[in-house]
Formats: sequence, structure tokens, C-alpha cells
Amino acid sequence: MSWRHGLAAALVLPIAALADAPAPGDRRSGYETMSPALRAMQDDDVANPGMLWVLDGEALWSTRAGAADRACADCHGDAAESMRGVAARHPTFDPRSAAPIALDQRIERCRVEQQGAAPSAPESHDRLALTAFVAHQSRGLALGPFDDPRLRPFVDAGRASFHQRQGQLDLSCADCHDRHPGRRLAGNVIPEGHPTGYPIYRLEWQTVGSLDRRLRGCLAGMRATVPAPGAPELTELAAYLAWRARGMTIETPAVRP
Amino acid sequence: MSAPTGSLDRAPRPAPGARRALLLAVAALAAVGAPDVRPSPAIVGDAMPTPLTATPGDAERGRAIVGDRQVGLCVLCHRVPEGEPRLQGDIGPDLRGVGARLDAGQLRLRVADARRLNPRSVMPAYLAVDGRTNVAAAYRGRPILGAQQIEDVVAYLTTLRGR
Ligand code: HEC
Ligand code: HEC
Repeated sequence: MSWRHGLAAALVLPIAALADAPAPGDRRSGYETMSPALRAMQDDDVANPGMLWVLDGEALWSTRAGAADRACADCHGDAAESMRGVAARHPTFDPRSAAPIALDQRIERCRVEQQGAAPSAPESHDRLALTAFVAHQSRGLALGPFDDPRLRPFVDAGRASFHQRQGQLDLSCADCHDRHPGRRLAGNVIPEGHPTGYPIYRLEWQTVGSLDRRLRGCLAGMRATVPAPGAPELTELAAYLAWRARGMTIETPAVRP
Repeated sequence: MSAPTGSLDRAPRPAPGARRALLLAVAALAAVGAPDVRPSPAIVGDAMPTPLTATPGDAERGRAIVGDRQVGLCVLCHRVPEGEPRLQGDIGPDLRGVGARLDAGQLRLRVADARRLNPRSVMPAYLAVDGRTNVAAAYRGRPILGAQQIEDVVAYLTTLRGR
């Protein structure tokens, strides 16, 4: 029976609600706990492997594609102008689906609907490359503010799942990322879990990957059910993480261990 | 950098009123399918004094379980005497010397159900199966370790008497 878990929940929830995210101004990117060598790798565009994806994305930006035989640039012109700040406001509220939409999903919609291109898989090279290129146009800008009231219920849902203990290990995201950042989980320093660098080049993956891939990794580690890439649960979590990190600097393409 | 929410929570001393025997989910044990599992592990104070199985724990097997990142997972969060310190965690206390600090019954409760002592603990309850949310299909209805494995782990931990 679960009476004792009911009791535990009664004890835990009010405390967990108090111990919310690190306060604005107090938040640290995963960048800050990386080794000097990895920080140098991220900082140097020639050494940062993620820049290869950015460069591929730049090429795709001006390549005609799809049934419409149109390039992104044909509609949006110079990305340095038209795409600056776009990553800072994603996930954004999408009136058409009445739900948040992540940057890569927004790009995919343009590809399919405006270019008439075949749908791409979430972790496909082209999806990651275009997303990295577009997000890179916001590097150095502050994330947020995510104050659209229509986004609010989704941020709240993401916050609830961030604090929900789940999986066989019965851990919440907050257990690690709010309560124990800076500690070591096996060999790895636990970061605060900010989505400031995505898509990232992760050494463990030896490639670039999306925020959804990162979140799915943490969920698998908790032995929880893992939603499909792009699933609404992941976008809600992403919306909460972005709100939680509001004001932080966008790093794309970040390097992570 | 230190955790903004402060140091790790230490297990509080149970209040005198709570010093009564409590039962763990019998279903948890039945799910493991061990033939000689005892039906109702009693909790007395901050300990689970009675072994979970009739077969005594094997410290050597326990050592392997504790060191295995996929099985015991202990080294994800704890430092132990064996293995590569660089690959071990520091979320929980250093376990070197833990056998001198805690007796077998206290160790058993901390492995079987650390959250009994501290509901906010991040240390998973290794014997519990109820009250879980969103468990991956492969692990659903199963405790993290079986009763005999917990006995093996406890037997190993009692040997950790010095640094
Ligand atoms: C048991 C600990 C633990 C839990 C629970 C956990 N994570 Fe993580 N998380 C980590 C560690 C450790 C890393 C760093 C990656 C690494 O080195 O393995 C990480 C990395 C991340 C990052 C990347 C941050 C960056 O700088 O790029 C994000 C975002 C994240 N986690 C979000 C989450 C979310 C959301 C959840 C819940 C669904 C969650 N995590 C659950 C341990 C955890
Ligand atoms: C996800 C993190 C985590 C994992 C995995 C974990 N522990 Fe712990 N453990 C902790 C924390 C944190 C504490 C501190 C007390 C508390 O919070 O309840 C602790 C406390 C303990 C204690 C009490 C130590 C003392 O000095 O009081 C023992 C014994 C222990 N753990 C053994 C184990 C063993 C054996 C395993 C694996 C079978 C394990 N732990 C797995 C986090 C963990």
C-alpha cells in the first residue's frame, strides 16, 4: 500500500516547492563547471566541433530545397539579422497548436510547409545543423523573458514534472539539478541543467545533439519512461528549463563532457 | 561550487513516538521471487535488525554489487575503498568506514529504505516498489535490488571498518 508514500508526499511537496530553481543572477551554466580545456574548446570557433554543424547549417540556409525549390534565405534573407534573437524566445507559444513549439520544430515546419521538403527526423544531421546555425545567431544574447501568459500553463506543467520523482530510482530532476549541482554523480559534475547551449557538441556522444536527446538521457538514467523526441512532455520540460534560465546567455554551439 | 540549497540532508533521529515496528511492502519481496524471503522486515528505531532472507549475506558478492554502476549504482553517489575514485560520486557520504559507524540493522534500513529516515533523501529506496511514477517498462514492479542482494550488500558494508 502507499500510505507511507502519501505521507512522504505531504512532507516533501511544500519543501520542494520552496526550493525552486536557482535565483536569477545566481545561476551557473554547465560551462562554468567544465575543465579549462573544454571551456577553451567551446570558446575557440576553430576548435569547437559544434561549429562544423553551424557551418553546414549556414550552407543549408541558402540552398534551395523541396518541391518549392526555395531556400530559407529566399524568405528570411540574412540570418544574422532575421534570426537574431529567435532562439532567445523559443520554446514559444504556437497559436496554431495552442502549445509551445521548440526551435527545431519551428524550423521543421518551415521546411515541410514552405519548402515542400520531406520531413526530417529530430536528430538528423540537417535538423541539428539548421537549428545550430539559427540558434548561433543568438549567441551572447539573454534567454527569455518568456512572459507570454499563454506559455504559462506549459511552464507550470514543466515545473511540476521537473519536481516529480519518477522512474525506478524515484528521483526528480530537481533532486539533482536544484539540490545537488556541483556534486559528482560518478565521474560527472552535476550541472544546474540550463538549456543555454543547444544543440550541443557532447564529447560522450561524439556528435551534436538536441536538448530532447539530453533530457531523454537523464530520464533513462532515472529508469523512467522516455518520451519520443519532440513529445509534448519534453517540450513542456524545455519551456520550464528555458524560463528557469531566463536572463542567461545563449552559448550555441556549447561543448559539454 | 556548492549546492545552492546547502549541504546534504542528514537522516534525522526518529522521534520516540515513531520507535515502533513498521512493515515494508511484502509485495516488494514477493516480486523478487526469492524462496527464503522473510515476510515482514520490521523497523525498530533507525534499524531493520532482522535479515531479509534466511541465507546469510555474502560480502564478496556485495562488493561486486556495490561497485557495479548498472546493478548497485552505489558508486554513482558514494566513495568506496575499491575502484577508481575518479569515477565515484560524492552526493552521499563516503562509505569507507561506514561499517564502524553503523551496525548491520542500521545499514540494512539505509539500503532497503533510506527515505524512511529522510523522506527528502535522494538515496533511492532499494527494496520498495510502490508509490513509483513513470517507471520504464523493463523495471516496472521490480525493486532496484532483490532481498538477497541487499543482504550481500549489507554483509559487504559491515566489512568497511576503516579508511
Ligand atoms: C541522478 C541525477 C540526475 C537526474 C535525476 C537528472 N539529471 Fe540532468 N544531468 C545530470 C548530470 C550528471 C548531467 C551532466 C551530464 C553528464 O556529465 O552526464 C546532467 C545534464 C543535464 C542537462 C544539460 C545541462 C547543460 O549544461 O547542457 C540538462 C538540461 C538536464 N540534465 C536536465 C534534466 C531534467 C529535465 C531532468 C529530469 C527529467 C534531469 N536532468 C534529471 C544528472 C541528473
Ligand atoms: C542517487 C544517490 C545515491 C545512491 C545511488 C546511493 N546512495 Fe547511499 N546515500 C545517499 C545520500 C544522499 C545519503 C545521505 C543520507 C540521506 O540523505 O539519507 C546516503 C546514505 C547512505 C548510507 C548511510 C551512510 C552514513 O554514514 O550515514 C549508507 C550505508 C548508504 N548510503 C549506502 C548505499 C549503498 C550500499 C548504495 C547502493 C546499493 C547506495 N547507498 C546508493 C545517496 C545515494
